[in-house]
Amino acid sequence: MSKYGILIDITRCIGCYACEEACAQRWGNPVTETHQLSSIQNTAVEDHDGIYVPRLCMHCEKPTCASVCPVGAFQKTKLGPVIYDPSKCLGCRYCMQACPFNIPKYQWNKTNPKVTKCDMCYDRIKNGEVPACVEACPAEARVFGIKEELIEEANRRIKENPETYYPHIFGLKEVGGTSVLYLADRPLHKLGFKAGIPEIPLSHFTEQIMSKIPNYIFWGGTLLFGIWWITKRRDEVQRLQRKLKEMEESNKKGDEK
Amino acid sequence: MKRIKIPKLTFWGAVFWIIIVLGVYSTIVRFTKGLGAVTNLSDKFPWGLWIGFDVLCGVGLAAGGFVVAAAVYIFNLEEYKSILPSAILTAFLGYLLVIFALLYDLGKPWNIWHPIIMWNPESVMFEVAWCVMLYTTVLALEFSPMLFQKLRLETPRKIIKSITIPLVVAGVILSTLHQSSLGSLYLIVPEKLYPIWYSSNLPYLFFLSAVAVGPAMVTIESYLSSRAFRREIELHILSKLAKVTAVALMVYFVLKVEDIVNYKLFPYIFTFNYEAILFWLEFVIGVIVPIILLVNPKIRASKKGLFVAQFITVLGFILNRLNVSITALENYTQAGYFPKWTEISITLFLVALGFAAFRFIAKNLPVFPPEIEKRKSLSEGFEVIPVTEVFKEQN
Repeated sequence: MSKYGILIDITRCIGCYACEEACAQRWGNPVTETHQLSSIQNTAVEDHDGIYVPRLCMHCEKPTCASVCPVGAFQKTKLGPVIYDPSKCLGCRYCMQACPFNIPKYQWNKTNPKVTKCDMCYDRIKNGEVPACVEACPAEARVFGIKEELIEEANRRIKENPETYYPHIFGLKEVGGTSVLYLADRPLHKLGFKAGIPEIPLSHFTEQIMSKIPNYIFWGGTLLFGIWWITKRRDEVQRLQRKLKEMEESNKKGDEK
Repeated sequence: MKRIKIPKLTFWGAVFWIIIVLGVYSTIVRFTKGLGAVTNLSDKFPWGLWIGFDVLCGVGLAAGGFVVAAAVYIFNLEEYKSILPSAILTAFLGYLLVIFALLYDLGKPWNIWHPIIMWNPESVMFEVAWCVMLYTTVLALEFSPMLFQKLRLETPRKIIKSITIPLVVAGVILSTLHQSSLGSLYLIVPEKLYPIWYSSNLPYLFFLSAVAVGPAMVTIESYLSSRAFRREIELHILSKLAKVTAVALMVYFVLKVEDIVNYKLFPYIFTFNYEAILFWLEFVIGVIVPIILLVNPKIRASKKGLFVAQFITVLGFILNRLNVSITALENYTQAGYFPKWTEISITLFLVALGFAAFRFIAKNLPVFPPEIEKRKSLSEGFEVIPVTEVFKEQN
């Protein structure tokens, strides 16, 4: 279980975009008015009919991006953040294809492109600071802390204000749990999140088949050699039988003579 | 001054050079301005035509190499030996083109070798990368005797010949693994793929359709090269090979019907929408029609009939791969992806290069056996007696 996480309380977000600005500053990106995750925006506050929904990488406990990356460019750190190493990346974009939250974005118009996503300000956390977006938030809509304590806090808020909150901590079980947790007044699939996200890590679906490979190589190899051996022997026997027949026939002919 | 002879330009020659010119233009734009300038790919739709066609179809269509190699060496069906060199060459060029296509599609193609030293065994892509790498090496080795024969290098030819069986076994295992793993790539997106195409059987479906389409491609390649090089076509072998396609498609059919029942897909396939229409097109063209045509001995015995039937198999196969990689994701992503003309031009460019390379090599190396009479008498000498007759003789 990872150490840190971020609790996002959608009911508290006032849509001031201070987090977006702080994030842009941290990455050296320009500030935009699009309020959508993109290769120059690693956090965004989406407007869903007047409800402000902060978005960022969910930092899964068992990240799909880390599972699918052929070169291990993604890594779940012990502190919680999922980080990306562009020097390993070969640009296959399987991470983008596989991410259940569609977080990784791509620098499509660069000749040396990178995948971009939030890293929970990993370098700041390591130095004991909090992520830039959390620090900038004036409404405490984003809280940074030890994940277990955040879960307790979320449960306390739901218990104390049952009429305000939809009783579900999003991220507690989704895809096997995430380090970023959400509280809202309604289910999150009504706020731009995709419905039907499984509660098990997605890597489970490929593990089932990948684990069969070593066995297959062993059995398959043995079986193929076996078939080769048998069919080769069969051919030899047939050739000998044919020869025998020919000899018998020529003997008969000799006898007749 | 001497007059320069202008070579006569045929229709297909003109098409070829137009494709080359457009392809070179798109290549320059791709590597100077990035993927965004030549493709309609986006953050919403990161995999397009190049993955769907160049990689998924390319690898599948090159499956003839391992199917025929297994028939000749593992099952000792020596009669197939005459089509093996051309099947190997087709497969080898196919894989080289897939790797070539990846150099366009990868954002950082100069890092393509990274999976060799940076391991993530959990990743299906990692496994595919290794299998494609190793199998291309196997194909290069299987192809090399043709080169050695031309160059009259006897020692290396003998060395390769002595390791043929382990090489073919490795080739079959590697092919089984990555042909199926291309399907496994999509196992991790259960919530994104349209239900008609998501199934835990995806790896098996991908493998079976590759086994079916491999012989189909060998047939088409034989047919086209018999016309181009004015050779006799090995109809008796190709019509036997067509049974492999038919049987693989029958198993595919059963597996897919099982999926339709198990995943309760009836409401999805019996509605009138984009996905259902494309599914039926794929299923009818790629599975049902080829089975009906190929089980008919009259069609199998006719040159045209066999070619048409196998051509339909290939079309259906391509439609299936494009459906899984593109159609099945349109509903979830709502990206409305359709390839840009430059994307299509690079795909055509690679296909044209493949044709040209095959022609060049087939003209200069002993890809086709020299005399058909000689071979006929040879293959008759090794005619395989059916198993039932073998038992009859023993009783």
